[in-house]
Amino acid sequence: MKQVFSKPVSLKDVQTHFCPGCHHGSIHRLVAEAMDSFGIADQTIGCASVGCSVFLYGYFNIDVVESPHGRAPAVATGVKRARPDRIVFTYQGDGDLAAIGTSEIIHAANRGEMITVIFVNNTTYGMTGGQMAPTTMPGQKTSTSPNGRDIANDGKPFKMAELLSNLDGVAYSARVALNSPKNVLQAKKIIKTAFQYQVEKKGFAFVEALAACPTNWGMNPMAANQRVGDEMIPYFPLGIFKNNDNL
Amino acid sequence: MAYIVIEEDRCKGCGLCTIACPHKLVTLSDSPNAMGYTVAVFSSNGKCTGCCLCAEMCPDVAITVFKEEKQP
Amino acid sequence: MSTVRKKFVKGNEAVAMAAIEAGVRCYFGYPITPQSDIPEYLSRELPKTGGTFIQVESEIGAINMVLGASSTGVRAMTSSSGPGISLKQEGISYMAGSELPGVIVDIMRSGPGLGGIDASQADYHQATKGGGHGGYRIIVLAPNSVQEMYDLTMLAFDLSDLYRMPAMVLADSVLGQMKESIVPHPRSQVALPAKDWAVRGTGGGAQNVVKSLYLGDGEMEKFHWKMHARYQELAEKESRWEAYQTDDAELIITAFGCTSRIARTAVEMARAEGLKVGLLRPITLFPFPKKAYAELSLQCKRWLAIELSTGQMVDDVRLAVARDAEVAFYGRPPGAGSLPTPEELFQQIKRHC
Repeated sequence: MKQVFSKPVSLKDVQTHFCPGCHHGSIHRLVAEAMDSFGIADQTIGCASVGCSVFLYGYFNIDVVESPHGRAPAVATGVKRARPDRIVFTYQGDGDLAAIGTSEIIHAANRGEMITVIFVNNTTYGMTGGQMAPTTMPGQKTSTSPNGRDIANDGKPFKMAELLSNLDGVAYSARVALNSPKNVLQAKKIIKTAFQYQVEKKGFAFVEALAACPTNWGMNPMAANQRVGDEMIPYFPLGIFKNNDNL
Repeated sequence: MAYIVIEEDRCKGCGLCTIACPHKLVTLSDSPNAMGYTVAVFSSNGKCTGCCLCAEMCPDVAITVFKEEKQP
Repeated sequence: MSTVRKKFVKGNEAVAMAAIEAGVRCYFGYPITPQSDIPEYLSRELPKTGGTFIQVESEIGAINMVLGASSTGVRAMTSSSGPGISLKQEGISYMAGSELPGVIVDIMRSGPGLGGIDASQADYHQATKGGGHGGYRIIVLAPNSVQEMYDLTMLAFDLSDLYRMPAMVLADSVLGQMKESIVPHPRSQVALPAKDWAVRGTGGGAQNVVKSLYLGDGEMEKFHWKMHARYQELAEKESRWEAYQTDDAELIITAFGCTSRIARTAVEMARAEGLKVGLLRPITLFPFPKKAYAELSLQCKRWLAIELSTGQMVDDVRLAVARDAEVAFYGRPPGAGSLPTPEELFQQIKRHC
């Protein structure tokens, strides 16, 4: 008997704090698999952000620098410019990247920083208890939109993968989901490609990963997983929006 | 011939593996583990093909998959 | 005939020159009057040394880039003035909490809000009392000449690395814009500890994490006491000041930065009239050179603090001097037209003699 599936080496063998059914764990694993496939984990520096993503250093066997809320793309810029020979990525949630951090992500993307950005979109603020996020969907109830997100008051949700694909500095921009085995396998390929862009020094790569947040959606894991497919994917379409080098 | 091993200490009973398996070989237990999770349980019936879809779906990387090596 | 090479430069330029000489690898900054000469100079000169210059999207972006670059072990800096320094406070707090070196140059202008572009000393509290959240301090050095803009920028990098904490060069628009002759010199050969804490890629070895999150039982408390001990060590070893004509003084003026230059002229005017006046000028504002004040106030009981504000450093002076010393205050809050003349300060001196 041969072992055909195992935990990636660059992922620590610990239980995570993520809630049952939270897709952070899957995304962490795919990032670790991508690093291992290129053998780059020992040259990689992760830029953690604020949110459920904050414990990155507890889960990856890589050097990690913690960033203030929203600022990971700026921190990553500092790291990469100081150490262009390292692989640098950020891992951010929707509040971190699309609310407080909009300036930092747009400018890092516009400058074409040679980094990889993993953006976890679960339409809510997880760590702080389920408040409205810039990606919360119209009509979605959260603790700060108790009557459902009102477009007239709060605008529509951001579509970050599309928005960033419009910047010349962005070489690769895609959106994935983890709600089915087929989508997980596709996400695996895309996240790997995003790191490939940096390994081959081809440019700034961005992957938006649609994720479930069962606890703050008030759903059990299976129902939350279903919501990703039924509600989120129709609004946030999966796909590759930019792929400069056709990798 | 293949089988999976579910690490009970890591499993949080989310159930995503149960919808991933094309042969419905994984179900959730009735009794909770030490953390209070009703963990996933594998019953092969000889039907496991080692497709790894359950492992791919598992957010907690709690599943390892073993497959018989092809005879030359 | 002296072969010393002098240069006639602006204060801001001296800061930038010193940073390059000190081996800065990364500068991230944003234009703001009265310090834009610093990014302008570095945009020309830093890339020539192989360093990175980026004019970034905001002062917030800048401080976070300094955080990132510094976390890899290189020397990094930013510069700004009031409003931009306010924006940087969170990033500075994170750097302090993560024990990261880095140099922040603050060329003070008047405030609050948009304020004006004139010299100010009203950001003393912001600089010295931990301007961001969480109860940290940063090293604060206060030059009063273009030569000191050069020397203290270099010192800021060294102290920052030695003590693993951010260091600020605190000046103002007068010092930033004025031109004086300086003698540039190479960086001093100070023994600095290896940065084995830096993030660099594990190389298969131990993981390095640069963070300020401390959630475990007792961890944060331990960190605070560690920092407290570090600040005490700083106070014992790195306090700097200049005492002028204080040996027999019956009245000591105390001022920092450009105010100290004007005050010194006023002290000279007083001495010319036979008044026994001296000047104590703190050079490190954090650590505040308390011992110097304590010792001098054993013999001199009358003090006059002079600042370009309604009084901030005077609080630290009052805390530092002997209990029976009296500390008076004279201030000119910042703004157009408020820079005092030596005559004006001399009049104040006479009132207290």
